[in-house]
Amino acid sequence: MSVTPQPAMPKCWRVESKPHKFCPGCGHGLVLKCLGEAIDELGIQDRVVFGCDIGCSLLSWDFFNCDSVQTHHGRTTPVMTGIKRANPDLICIAYMGDGGGYAIGVGGIVNAAARNEKVTVILANNTLYAMTGGQMSPTTMPGQKVETAPYGRDPEATGMPTQGPEMIAAITGAGAYVARGTMANLRQLKSYIKKALQNQIEGNGFSFVEALSACPTNWRTNAEKTWEFIEKEMPKYYKVGELKNPFEAKKEAQQNG
Amino acid sequence: MSEKPITGEKRAFMTGNEVVAWAALAANAEIMYGYPITPQNEIMHYWTRQAPKFGRKFLQTEDELSAGFTTVGGVLAGRRAFTATAGPGNTLMQEPMSMAEAMRLPTVTIVQQRGGPSTATVIYSQQEVNLTTYGGNGEGMRIVYSPSNHQELFDYVIKAFNTAWKYRFPTFVLGDGYQAKMRESVTLYDPAERGIEMVPTEPYVGKPGCPGVDREPGLYRNTYNVEEELYEVLQQHFADYEKMSKEVVEYAAEGTDDADLIIIGHGVVFRGVREAFKELRAEGLKVGYFRPITLRPFPAEQLKALATGNRKLLIAESAQGQLAKLVKDHIYGCTAEIVPLFKPGVGITTEQIVAKVKEVLK
Ligand SMILES: Cc1ncc(C[n+]2csc(CCOP(=O)(O)OP(=O)(O)O)c2C)c(N)n1
Ligand code: SF4
Repeated sequence: MSVTPQPAMPKCWRVESKPHKFCPGCGHGLVLKCLGEAIDELGIQDRVVFGCDIGCSLLSWDFFNCDSVQTHHGRTTPVMTGIKRANPDLICIAYMGDGGGYAIGVGGIVNAAARNEKVTVILANNTLYAMTGGQMSPTTMPGQKVETAPYGRDPEATGMPTQGPEMIAAITGAGAYVARGTMANLRQLKSYIKKALQNQIEGNGFSFVEALSACPTNWRTNAEKTWEFIEKEMPKYYKVGELKNPFEAKKEAQQNG
Repeated sequence: MSEKPITGEKRAFMTGNEVVAWAALAANAEIMYGYPITPQNEIMHYWTRQAPKFGRKFLQTEDELSAGFTTVGGVLAGRRAFTATAGPGNTLMQEPMSMAEAMRLPTVTIVQQRGGPSTATVIYSQQEVNLTTYGGNGEGMRIVYSPSNHQELFDYVIKAFNTAWKYRFPTFVLGDGYQAKMRESVTLYDPAERGIEMVPTEPYVGKPGCPGVDREPGLYRNTYNVEEELYEVLQQHFADYEKMSKEVVEYAAEGTDDADLIIIGHGVVFRGVREAFKELRAEGLKVGYFRPITLRPFPAEQLKALATGNRKLLIAESAQGQLAKLVKDHIYGCTAEIVPLFKPGVGITTEQIVAKVKEVLK
């Protein structure tokens, strides 16, 4: 097996804004690295509009040498939808956290998905509201201790974790791409993100990737415990894989037809 | 884009909402993002009927937050984009329009006021003045036109797109339920034929070339890390706003030189004010009127110059003092006495104004 050395930084990263502003060990940087490499490999840097939300994702407002728009809490999906509708040649990427996408901004995401908007949403799921100091979010796991559930999340009182990709897969029409990746498997995560972008390039439909992501700061975990949480705890509720893949569906149709 | 929606001058008899849709077409608006709420619905209805014929677009969103934010997106992509709303929808619209204020985005929003607070009536009021002039978090750096008839609705919708794109502040046309729903005659025209040039639009994102290679990327945000950074940015916005205000401010006044009493009204109420003024003058009473056409920026200097001596300012509005609040703020220190004629959520007739003036001057 030959090993090709990988460049340290994706070409479309903006050197001036590095080192980035996320905490050490944060998942956001890795997810954005996958996104950067996917943008490079698809050669779409000149067409990308990158939108980020309030939450730690906002720290990426100047992350790329791509036109970027930071908006506020949960509104990134409609802003990107508005751009895409106004100029369909652009590749519009909405980047947000689980709070931004599944709580305050759920109306935006659900309806964009239902309309099969030709935008790509990448959502970093770190199981809590990170930027505001670690409160409970829709994806906080049963028993998980967070600032506003100091004794652990009680599903009786607050429900079960939101299954984002499952929900979006259920409400999107043909042509949508939906997957859940993890920062514990970056090669796979990148391939999902790349397919999500390819799907938009081809104009098939809504594309959505949830990325399981770490927040060692609010989890109060060291390196070892952080990985333990990502690799052992999170998959108990969040199944990694592709839920909807129009490329596969096409292939199958061809084989059968 | 296909042929022009309007050529030559066309007399028409139509509702205000229809007028708005035609004005937006005439102004070369390219895309409308909207969410249903009475009394502005027919703007969307007429727009969606006409838009495809002229290569224009429409998106119905899930709520006004999205209608506003998609409008913001349309503007970022360099399109002459607009939206329309009312009442509780206007409340939600303040969030995206705060972003437009922060990023200096030339959004255009048509507001057809209804009764409030909250759902209240779907009919009419002038109770969205506070909200539309200063509603977002921030300093209310926006432009608000208050038309009083269908012709003005047509003229000012076209103008709103130009003011917005020239100065890059969110711009509103503040109509109301009466203007939205009643029929009136109007002359529709192609702005170009009247020598009105539409200010060219320009994309914020997706400009030619590869960012970081051929050009700097456009990096837009509405969040700042430190207080001083925001302070700096705002200083520039304040300076731009002040400079613009002198050019943008509009008002109308008559009979003010020797007036003992000046009637102040805006929007549809101004129609009653003007009729009352004519009647009272005919009876020999020394009465004048002052009408702010831009509620924001407010024609403060012009009104200050009139609010002198022991003059009385009778403020007539279909709200409990929202216009009066703007007036008081802007003429602070002047000696004129303020007399209220407030009818929140209901119309005001010429007769009511005449009677009130006579009572005050007696
Ligand atoms: C309307 C509004 N409400 C609340 C906030 C405060 N706020 C800022 S960031 C944030 C949490 C973001 O959490 P998430 O979306 O999960 O992203 P993360 O920080 O975890 O990456 C909140 C609640 C806000 N900015 N705007
Ligand atoms: S608080 Fe958490 S999510 Fe935010 S930058 Fe730090 S590690 Fe990342």
